[in-house]
Amino acid sequence: MAKIRNQIRFRLNDQLIELDDITPALTLLDFLRLDQKLCGTKEGCAEGDCGACTVLVGRLSGGELVYESVNACIRFVGSLDACHVVTVEHLKSKDGKLHPVQQAMVDNHASQCGFCTPGFVMSLYGLWMTNPKPSNNDIETALQGNLCRCTGYEPIIHAAQSISKNGKVDDDPLILERQSVKRQLVELSDGARVEIHYSDELLIVPSSVEDLADARQNHPDSTIVAGSTDVGLWVTKMMRNISPAIFISHLEELHGINTKNDSINVGACVTYTEMQGLISSHLPQLKEYWNRIGGEQVRNMGTIGGNVANGSPIGDTPPILIALGATVTLRCGKKQRSVLLQEFFIDYGKQDREPGDFVESINIPLPAKGDVFAAYKVSKRRDEDISAVCSAFKLRISDGVVSDAIIAFGGMAGIPKRASDVEAELIGKPWNEENVSKAKASFDKDFTPLSDWRASAEYRALIAKNLLQRFFLESTDGNSVTRLNRDKAA
Amino acid sequence: MNRQANITDKMVSPVNRDVFHDSAHKHVSGEAVYIDDMVEPAGLLHVYLGLSQIANGSIKSLDLSKVQSASGVLGVLASDDIPGSNDVSPTGKHDDPVFAQKIEFHGQPIFAVIAETREAARNAAALAKVEYDTEPHITDVAAAREANYPFVTEPLTLKRGDASTGLKVAKNRLNGQMRVGGQDHFYLEGHIAMAIPGEDDDVTVYSSTQHPSEVQHMVAHVLNVSSNAVTVNIRRMGGAFGGKETQSNLFAAVAAVAAKKFNRAIKIRPDRDDDMVATGKRHDFLVDYDVGFEDNGRISAVDATFAARCGNSADLSGPVTDRALFHADNCYYYPNVLLKSQPFKTNTVSNTAFRGFGGPQGMVGGERIIEEIAYALGKDPLEIRKVNFYGGDGRDVTPYHQQVSDNIVGRLVEELEASSDYQKRRKAVLEHNAKQSVVRKGISLTPVKFGISFTATWYNQAGALVHIYNDGSIHLNHGGTEMGQGLNTKVAQVLADEFQVALDSIKITATHTGKVPNTSATAASSGSDLNGMAAANAAQQIKARLVNFACEKYGVKPDQVRFEQNKVRFGKETLEFPDFIKAAYMARVQLSAAGFYKTPDIHWDREAGTGRPFYYFAYGAAVSEVSIDTLTGEYHVDRADILHDVGRSLNPAIDKGQIEGGFVQGMGWLTTEELWWDDEGRLKTHAPSTYKIPLASDRPRIFNVALADWSENREMTIRRSKAVGEPPLMLAISVLEALSMAVASVANYKECPRLDAPATPECVLMAVERLKGAEHV
Repeated sequence: MAKIRNQIRFRLNDQLIELDDITPALTLLDFLRLDQKLCGTKEGCAEGDCGACTVLVGRLSGGELVYESVNACIRFVGSLDACHVVTVEHLKSKDGKLHPVQQAMVDNHASQCGFCTPGFVMSLYGLWMTNPKPSNNDIETALQGNLCRCTGYEPIIHAAQSISKNGKVDDDPLILERQSVKRQLVELSDGARVEIHYSDELLIVPSSVEDLADARQNHPDSTIVAGSTDVGLWVTKMMRNISPAIFISHLEELHGINTKNDSINVGACVTYTEMQGLISSHLPQLKEYWNRIGGEQVRNMGTIGGNVANGSPIGDTPPILIALGATVTLRCGKKQRSVLLQEFFIDYGKQDREPGDFVESINIPLPAKGDVFAAYKVSKRRDEDISAVCSAFKLRISDGVVSDAIIAFGGMAGIPKRASDVEAELIGKPWNEENVSKAKASFDKDFTPLSDWRASAEYRALIAKNLLQRFFLESTDGNSVTRLNRDKAA
Repeated sequence: MNRQANITDKMVSPVNRDVFHDSAHKHVSGEAVYIDDMVEPAGLLHVYLGLSQIANGSIKSLDLSKVQSASGVLGVLASDDIPGSNDVSPTGKHDDPVFAQKIEFHGQPIFAVIAETREAARNAAALAKVEYDTEPHITDVAAAREANYPFVTEPLTLKRGDASTGLKVAKNRLNGQMRVGGQDHFYLEGHIAMAIPGEDDDVTVYSSTQHPSEVQHMVAHVLNVSSNAVTVNIRRMGGAFGGKETQSNLFAAVAAVAAKKFNRAIKIRPDRDDDMVATGKRHDFLVDYDVGFEDNGRISAVDATFAARCGNSADLSGPVTDRALFHADNCYYYPNVLLKSQPFKTNTVSNTAFRGFGGPQGMVGGERIIEEIAYALGKDPLEIRKVNFYGGDGRDVTPYHQQVSDNIVGRLVEELEASSDYQKRRKAVLEHNAKQSVVRKGISLTPVKFGISFTATWYNQAGALVHIYNDGSIHLNHGGTEMGQGLNTKVAQVLADEFQVALDSIKITATHTGKVPNTSATAASSGSDLNGMAAANAAQQIKARLVNFACEKYGVKPDQVRFEQNKVRFGKETLEFPDFIKAAYMARVQLSAAGFYKTPDIHWDREAGTGRPFYYFAYGAAVSEVSIDTLTGEYHVDRADILHDVGRSLNPAIDKGQIEGGFVQGMGWLTTEELWWDDEGRLKTHAPSTYKIPLASDRPRIFNVALADWSENREMTIRRSKAVGEPPLMLAISVLEALSMAVASVANYKECPRLDAPATPECVLMAVERLKGAEHV
């Protein structure tokens, strides 16, 4: 058993915070605004969708100090042990001079009502630190999680392009102080389990995966909190009690990415952002899709394990993972078992789980030579929107004939699900327009989608067919223009 | 002063210059104080609202015992606890209860909880046991009409010529229907109020409102006290867009009632979801049109009905539906016209003001008519627009009998057509579409003419209060409110210009009902027109006294006294402004003035449907080019070019910001912003996760915005500028029509796609399928 500390410790701007009496449901935003009276960080939605509460969180990752933009409204204080939280109040220099990001926003008339502005400043700060000369696309991607209702964004984009005119990244305080902050965070990472009892609630930050396995077995009713992009809303919107809560996003062992020739293994806490490099190198077919998952802050927080474990029928990664034949490793105590992901989702709200287990890793076979693979997402708004329908197609075509097919959809049923009738219709037949047209009809056998605010049943049924059409067009003619290309527009 | 000096702070003739927003440095540093950021009074309590869980019916029993006994709770409030009138209706119709007994929409406030923390109050509110007698509900306009639901307010008819005969004798005639969706304001700062009780009947309320005087009067009614006991304050809002014109009343009233009852300071701030469920939005419309036209596309008669989803009460639905009719003509002359409004009651939250105030819905209906004619005749809609523009013999009278005497739309459109390369690009779009690929394109040029003035004529008045302290520093206060639009900056520019002093010697102060009384809402784009004039008037009164003083003291003539460059010159002598002010003070000159302004020459007879409701018109035009994906219906805007008329701009940078922001907001309304109710009458798109406003990546890939710098207001407005808040929103109609053209391409432009709004990807794809299915070619 690891040693136990009854205290969460982290750095806030240039101050050490030590807390021993907090509920696991305490959000960073409430802590900043209500407790610390740092009111520059705003609450716009309390669900991680508007970005008004954006702050930077610095954490140790593989020995490096990494700062990322996150939504303070759905980030729990319990997840901040040994982190550095940077808020908008930290940016002005001691003599009152605005930070280069802030000055660029002023110079470009980039604020009107000003309520979203601190959030934009923080998102742009996060971008600028690692990318001082961002492209238009880089800027838009970094701002996918920030809503502005006044400006129409144009002046904010201009500001983002001109930050480096006002100063150099190398002179930035967070860069200059990097070594000392890193030292402090290393010191704070003392290998202890954190346990805080607050009234009848319990908050646990395990010291290792071993310790997590123990804690989870002792508290099979616990809420496991990884990126909190979903659990955050259980608290802020549903007012649910998440105690006992086990926070796991800091566990480096769960952030591992192991690449083999034919597969990759990712730990449950690997974030979408951490997957980014791997997507580019190993699954380039997913590049466009990946940046349509959440906004930047959500990609910085949200984890692959969480996206699988919560069992949502509209999660963005399950159709992809199912199409690739992924397996999920569930761990209970010392016992591990692997389940094919398509079998993990049993019914709406029901997965193949045992009391006291947790998702430890996901193994993703890579498409083999000869496999044609693609994934598509359709949503009302292109970016930072939950899918109306998401889909992945993997076909093996030998001599023009489909020898194997996996087609998986989200948004079409109560769980992420394969289109088995469509697959059966395609297998063994030449991959041509006629057979594709025939196969489309089988979608109606595979799925009976619902109507809701994201899409009607008719629309969902129609785009399922049309996405197969797109997959066919792209797989047979690489030059055909079948997608909107924003970068080449006009 | 602990702030970085802006380069514009020292300007002494700042009008028509790109002066920075007065709070820009505070916005970016997080130091700008919104109500929730204020230092809280000791002992502050929090209130949370309990909302109805049915859409129509009555409360059989309301059991709040569990709420009362929940941890941290001090008490509850329901309709019986209201000392005065249980009503915050802005029109005096008594149809807007603070706490409802008869439930008329899902999410209607029925009680409130007061607790030590907001979290405790919110948690407790969920514990209420309410039994209802449920009645059938109607959320939809068409269904309301079918069921003979009542109107919430008197409808309006506008009539000129003989539409019925005009339609019968017209060479061509067509009719159709268009659904136009509503829109949530999605101000980033939600509703909030904080009330602090005082002695006697007094209460001070900090309210995120565009209309402090109305909040003051409502709070007084609800407390059953005189208005002079209530003081309302607002320094800034985090966005409003019309959503805080009347909708702040309820929150302020609840906070004030609780403050007086518990004798503690009280704050109320709903969660975003509750804010979106319980407060009004832009009206949805159902437009039925019948139009007669000549072979060249010239309209001979229009008969149209504008039915609106008003929600449970009148609120501002009267003037909103009126303004829809006032803008159904947009820039086009209708020789024979009959326009009717139908403000239907529905079991949805009462709809309210939203940037454009019904004008956009009227205008988009008018533009649909143009589009229909164009497709019927196989022409570019722009050609149809041009042959119908106001102008020429007898063709300059609106359906409400006001003459259009300041028309510049012809020149605007001509210049924009050239600068945007419209004709060449349209040709390229047609060529692209001829290739029959998955991605189709569309391009459209649409104009805007928007009437400026409140149609409630008495609202067109404003006050300002200006003090010069004896150190020469200036205190500025006016009746307008700052919601991000830069009103305070513009008014300060006017004042600096009047006195010829540096901007940074003027202190902008919070709007305060104790300083300027009986103010109008900051709405109808009128903020700088009205308050700029009132502040100028105050400055002129003080200047007149100062000139008098200089003449007496220094023996000069009035025309020898000059205010220039932070100095006052009289004859051959010059004093620094502060020194001159000090001298005036010593000579007992009054250095404070209340300014006033009322818009001249406007009148409106609603019964007769005639008058001059608008002092002038603001104009603009936009070209949008879009691409659509015909497999999914998804799209993006490739390019937008805008030429817009703000008269002689007080602040080109701020005006440009209003145009860009208005366009993108309008684009959201017409594309991805969809309000969706389920069968229970619940609004399911009540948060940014489900209600999708545009992102940075949705803005046009190329976005060229220019001011028509040659334009100046023909009326004597403040420095000959024009209002800018609302008109640009309607420039986004070009996006809807460009999408429509892209859709039409799949049927070789033989059929008008009749895209409803919002044209979500689903709506676009379904239209593509419909047109493909119709097998034109």
